[in-house]
Amino acid sequence: MSAPVSYAEAILQAFRYLLGNYPEVFAIGQGLWSPWYVGASMKDLDKEFGQARVIDTPISELATTGAAIGASLNGYRPIVIHPRMDFMVLATDQIVNQAAKWRHMLGGKSPAVTIRGIVNRGGEQGAQHSQALHAWYAHVPGLRVVMPATPEDARDLLIAATLCDDPVLYIDDRWLYDLSAEMPPPGPIDLTTQLPKVLRVGTDITLVAASYSVTLARKAAEVLAKKGVSAEVIDLRIVNPLDHGTTCASVKKTGRLLAIDGGWRTCGLAGEIIAGAVESLPPSAFRARPRRITLPDAPAPTSKLLEKVYYPNTERVVAAVEEMLAE
Amino acid sequence: MTESQRLGPLADPAQFTDALNIAGYAADDLKRLLRAMLTIRFAEEAVADLVETGEAVCPCHLGIGQEAIAVGVSSALRRTDRVYGNHRSHSHYLALGGELFAMYAEILGRKTGASQGMGGSMHLYAPEVGFSGSVPIVGATIPIAVGAGLAAKMDGKGDVAVTYFGDGACEEGVVHESLNMAAVYKLPVLFVCENNLYASHLDIGLRQPSDSTARFAKAHSIPYRVIDGNDVTAVIKAAGELVKAAREGGGPGFLEAVTFRWRGHVGPKEDIDVGVRRKPEILAAWRHRDPVRRLRDSMIEADLVTSVDVEKTCADIKCTVAKAVANARKADYPGTNALLDLVYAPRRHQ
Repeated sequence: MSAPVSYAEAILQAFRYLLGNYPEVFAIGQGLWSPWYVGASMKDLDKEFGQARVIDTPISELATTGAAIGASLNGYRPIVIHPRMDFMVLATDQIVNQAAKWRHMLGGKSPAVTIRGIVNRGGEQGAQHSQALHAWYAHVPGLRVVMPATPEDARDLLIAATLCDDPVLYIDDRWLYDLSAEMPPPGPIDLTTQLPKVLRVGTDITLVAASYSVTLARKAAEVLAKKGVSAEVIDLRIVNPLDHGTTCASVKKTGRLLAIDGGWRTCGLAGEIIAGAVESLPPSAFRARPRRITLPDAPAPTSKLLEKVYYPNTERVVAAVEEMLAE
Repeated sequence: MTESQRLGPLADPAQFTDALNIAGYAADDLKRLLRAMLTIRFAEEAVADLVETGEAVCPCHLGIGQEAIAVGVSSALRRTDRVYGNHRSHSHYLALGGELFAMYAEILGRKTGASQGMGGSMHLYAPEVGFSGSVPIVGATIPIAVGAGLAAKMDGKGDVAVTYFGDGACEEGVVHESLNMAAVYKLPVLFVCENNLYASHLDIGLRQPSDSTARFAKAHSIPYRVIDGNDVTAVIKAAGELVKAAREGGGPGFLEAVTFRWRGHVGPKEDIDVGVRRKPEILAAWRHRDPVRRLRDSMIEADLVTSVDVEKTCADIKCTVAKAVANARKADYPGTNALLDLVYAPRRHQ
């Protein structure tokens, strides 16, 4: 185990591991030669590995993503970086129509491309600088979508995504960048064998989340423990293909399910988590109606006061759990 | 708009109808070119028949009348180059040597098709001959080819990437992003615009302020050639020069080959009634500017073949095409397991 490593440093470790050990890996995207675009998570990679393998690009999300897909179909394992997920929407044709479908529709090989979309919320940035669109992309068969919640996963899921033979969307959240943890040295990981993790064992309620929402779940579980409530926390890690087994096994034990998601409510991840459990378990398995905490179905505001109302927080998770226990 | 940015006589079907300048070509090479163009012509006519009878159901976009472009460009390529197509790519696939049987099996949705029966006419794939894939989202393979060019540059072996697209694709924003990236990174990419003057039902005059798409190459400082796409020798010369420069590290090239499709946007009909301003007399004139006839006549005029030889070649190709169609009919459909098995790559054993 190392000294504590932050989530952002863990991403940097993954890049250094990948670029250092795999000559077929390269990184491409906007801001890669600038120290501020992607924060500490890619600092000085261009100096260490050269600007031929750490490529800054014109303001062309669509062509950049397409070019990475093209390179991935020709022997490389590129990682495309979209410093803000909102701008990645401009690349959606290449992600949804091309990367996700080439293997199936051409009966050929998958583009082994990793697309990193960064969620960068809060700070009064507003509707086009704050989105978490994972549910959109998780809807698309052929596109694996990973959302690390911990520093170890920030590193390991990036390694696993890059070494995976399928296109993978890797989504990190800047609200997690200062989270730190000790971790073993990096190594190769097979994404296809990765499952959700139970981060905290409990008996009264199952809290299921991904990415930053896992932090809310863990904090809420701590608060609840002091109130005598034992919450189990599940970190999904991968939202497509979505594994429901870990959640169902937990709900069988706790009888209560609360899904927490930083995306919108309608057709969102939280609804999918609940549907998976409700479809698999008999009604008698539930001691309370499953519930979800999500963003309201509204674009992100800028005003500080509205932001406070907009984003889920620990208090809201605790309150929902208490209501479910009282049911 | 200056005159130099317009196609002028190149877009006039009454021009460029005479014999081709075949001086300097070996007879065998010309025979090979003629055979390749005839194969595409008859193969697409057979596709049209399959659509007419209802045997082929998937959307089939025919490029009859445009054969010289793919054949000419392919003559400048080698197997390790990476070629990307679009919705109208039978010619691109066949000109590189893609199998006839696999094309028909694909169009008929059979397991032994070019794309395992998963794609149909619009999704052809034959990496063994350098045909790296075609898709119908307009312009979508253009940035992918830029990435293939980036990979080729990183490989350092002098391979090039090629993307075929039409004048309609030039109205997609991604074309400009792609031209810019290829230029700024000096990537070995040949952009081939098959300007057939139509996108679906609309002629270019109703869609763009100029009929010459090479102006976009010029805007991105990319070397370009604007040629008669119905003259295979002109295509060979221009593609050869641009590909040579790309192989030698000179960066991308843009080839605008002016042509005309005889059939409608999709399916076997001529679509005179569908096309805005698509008139029978214009089609008739373009049929006379036929790339296949012009090469054949030039060869006969130069005493390199007789019309009897050509008839024999035609009969031979038609027989080969018919056999391929018959074999494709007999091929199996994919197993239902393909539906889910092909979504993700098989698990690797590490």
